[in-house]
Amino acid sequence: MSPAVAAIVERVRDAHAAGRPLCIRAGGTKDFYGEAATGDVLDVRTLIGSADHEPTELVVTAPAGMTLVDLEALLAQKGQCLAFEPPRFGAASTVGGMVAAGLSGPSRAAAGSVRDHLLGVTLINGTGELMHFGGRVIKNVAGYDVSRLVAGSLGILGIVVEVSLKVLARPQAEATLRFDCRPGEALALLHGWGARPLPLDASAWWNGSLIVRLRGASAAVAGAARMLGGETIPPAAAAPFWDSLRDQTDPFFVAAEEAIAHQDATLWRLSLPQTAPLLGLAGDELIEWHGAQRWLATALPAAQVRDAAGAVGGHATAFRSRDKSAGVFAPLTPPLRGIHERLKRSFDPKGILNPGRLYRDL
Amino acid sequence: MNAPLPAAAAARVAARAGRQAEIVAALAPAVPAHALLWRREDTVPYECDGLTAYREQPLVVVLPESEQQVADVLAICHRLEVPVVARGAGTGLSGGALPDPLGVTLSLAKFNRILAIDRVARTARVQSGVRNLAISEAAKSHGLFYAPDPSSQIACTIGGNVAENSGGVHCLKYGMTLHNVLKVRGFTAAGEAVEFGSDSLDAPGLDLLAAVIGSEGMLAVIFEVTVKLLPLAETARCIMASFADVRQAGDAVAAIIAAGIVPAGLEMMDKPMTAAVEGFVHAGYDLDAAAILLCESDGSASAVEEEIGRMAEVLRRCGATRIEASENEAQRLRFWSGRKNAFPASGRISPDYMCMDSTIPRKRLADMLIAIAEMETRHALRCVNVFHAGDGNLHPLILFDANDAAQLHRAEAFGAEILELSVAMGGTVTGEHGVGVEKLSSMCVQFSPAERAQMEGVKRAFDPAGKLNPGKVIPSLSRCAEYGRMHVKRGLLAFPELPRF
Repeated sequence: MSPAVAAIVERVRDAHAAGRPLCIRAGGTKDFYGEAATGDVLDVRTLIGSADHEPTELVVTAPAGMTLVDLEALLAQKGQCLAFEPPRFGAASTVGGMVAAGLSGPSRAAAGSVRDHLLGVTLINGTGELMHFGGRVIKNVAGYDVSRLVAGSLGILGIVVEVSLKVLARPQAEATLRFDCRPGEALALLHGWGARPLPLDASAWWNGSLIVRLRGASAAVAGAARMLGGETIPPAAAAPFWDSLRDQTDPFFVAAEEAIAHQDATLWRLSLPQTAPLLGLAGDELIEWHGAQRWLATALPAAQVRDAAGAVGGHATAFRSRDKSAGVFAPLTPPLRGIHERLKRSFDPKGILNPGRLYRDL
Repeated sequence: MNAPLPAAAAARVAARAGRQAEIVAALAPAVPAHALLWRREDTVPYECDGLTAYREQPLVVVLPESEQQVADVLAICHRLEVPVVARGAGTGLSGGALPDPLGVTLSLAKFNRILAIDRVARTARVQSGVRNLAISEAAKSHGLFYAPDPSSQIACTIGGNVAENSGGVHCLKYGMTLHNVLKVRGFTAAGEAVEFGSDSLDAPGLDLLAAVIGSEGMLAVIFEVTVKLLPLAETARCIMASFADVRQAGDAVAAIIAAGIVPAGLEMMDKPMTAAVEGFVHAGYDLDAAAILLCESDGSASAVEEEIGRMAEVLRRCGATRIEASENEAQRLRFWSGRKNAFPASGRISPDYMCMDSTIPRKRLADMLIAIAEMETRHALRCVNVFHAGDGNLHPLILFDANDAAQLHRAEAFGAEILELSVAMGGTVTGEHGVGVEKLSSMCVQFSPAERAQMEGVKRAFDPAGKLNPGKVIPSLSRCAEYGRMHVKRGLLAFPELPRF
């Protein structure tokens, strides 16, 4: 056990003994996300060291405190990447925070999520036990998949110390196309293309434009680009666009921040079936993931947004908001609620790890 | 002196009969008479799954026909504190569906309807007893398919696939069951209706779907699964490459991945396996090769052409002695026929075989083959090898004769040694077949007491009374203490100075 890990274990044991909550924090770039943080800050940026990248295994094992910027630079040296494009809300974003938040970027619908690429986790539970789950191999069904349960858990089950991730080669070819259309037309186009074996990767509709990214083998991308038509966006413009979408710095998100600050709006993340119709809610909307993720900046009441998402089989998260009184995440059904409570007690009997960050009384 | 006292044995039989009568009486109002089996001759087919070496007589077998009946059966079992073992087609290879001697085996075989295929959303909503291949067959007319394709796909059910997180030959490119399931519906152990996942790409709260998939029926009983479908590839082609040396073949696997190629399938067979399958299917395999690789590419015709060219170049550079790319579908299927028939072909050359399922880092494939060759000598048994080389998942088949107790014992020791070496190489004891009862001891090697206790905590969070498929996946402390003769954990071998590779 490295001194940094030992120090955190010690800290957790003390907190467990004293029943004193800890707020797990690294770069702090996702402080805005989830319910309000409480407890003494436990800075996990001490969990640093070198990452073990094995290009021929398509695996990287990295300490939780490593920044995403450093990890991605390391992978890029060997022509590889994190295919799920986790958002970087700042240069300080870390690997541990990426896993704990469980957020994925523009290519998620085609490439899968953080959880899909998570192969193993080393974590410290709420009693200070250091444990490894999963591993460094792609196929592994030994025991329950505890590591993937940690993705998106917002630190309530344990402190992520180290993670192993599946990595992929950067796509051989890429093309970005633009179409002028209304949102309903955009969804119809995307669903039509999705039914065919096309290298459709990412999509974004906002403000009258549908931008589509193709990724794959050169021949497949070139063929699909010809077939789909539209206006080709040159790589020099396309790359910064997709980065800004991924990191939420593009004009839609900037405007949403303004609306949150000045008009008491909330930026909702609507996770819907791809084929859900337009919800017709007032506000500014950006559609990603071929229809499965829709961002809505609106001052509408939370209940109205949640009901509309729920009615089509989805759920709504108050992603960024000043007012969290209606709860950040959609409420759970009673049986799921019970499972959540018992899981929390099992990993963290005294409730000292990020209490209330996922659901206020969890 | 070890024989039980007649009186004690008689008391046990009477107690079992009494418990059986109690459970049958309680379940009778909940299901039709024909759905409730308890006579010995009726329950025999349920005594084992695909791992026939382990057998147990269930107290009662129930085959509910509606969701309500499943809920009622679970509620009754919960009240009577009866263990419940859910079961699909019974094709599992690790004894995950082995009955509990004092429990109810809950067969979901009658839940065999495809409820909906949504062409636009590219999803299928099916009952858990639907066969894996039936989903792809039903989706075909929409130009879609369900990607995970375990070898038993003509018989195994999607419910069983969810329980085991099944893979197949295409999971390097398309993922395992986990990556292809959106939502499952079912009941908790207490009979409460529950949904994990959603029709969108994620669900609020903890990712319980990820925990349920691969939990071997221990966390919930699933009766409905919504899977993702993918557009059928325009075409597929396969390269068959021969190598004179297993190390070159292993290096070629790593080189293909390093070149940034994600083949649709990447399989390896060693020389004895090739000889066994050739005798079975007569596909024209190269019998002189030390190892054969099958590398498949799928997609649009032009993309496949491009990828086949890139793969062939890598294989040549790595010293392949013969490279043949399929020119038509018949030839492609012929290339695959041997690999797909590896298990029956092994059954033809040996009375029994034991199939291992560990995963190791790809770069250790050759080391493992060489180590297995050495183990063959030491255990005086033959072993033939098929590997899902692309994802490092090994299926060594240890050949033996179960009628010879000494051979069975040696085969078990041989298998345990492969698993321990896999863990020592940084791998895992099971890549896709599950722990079940077969690999309980190996779990002691791979996980620490704290880790196993945490898994038990997960179990109790879903099933506080511990009645769903008890005794599987997580070994007891005493079992691990007994097994602890040679402790290997994460690369630390008990005797690191001994040559093993």
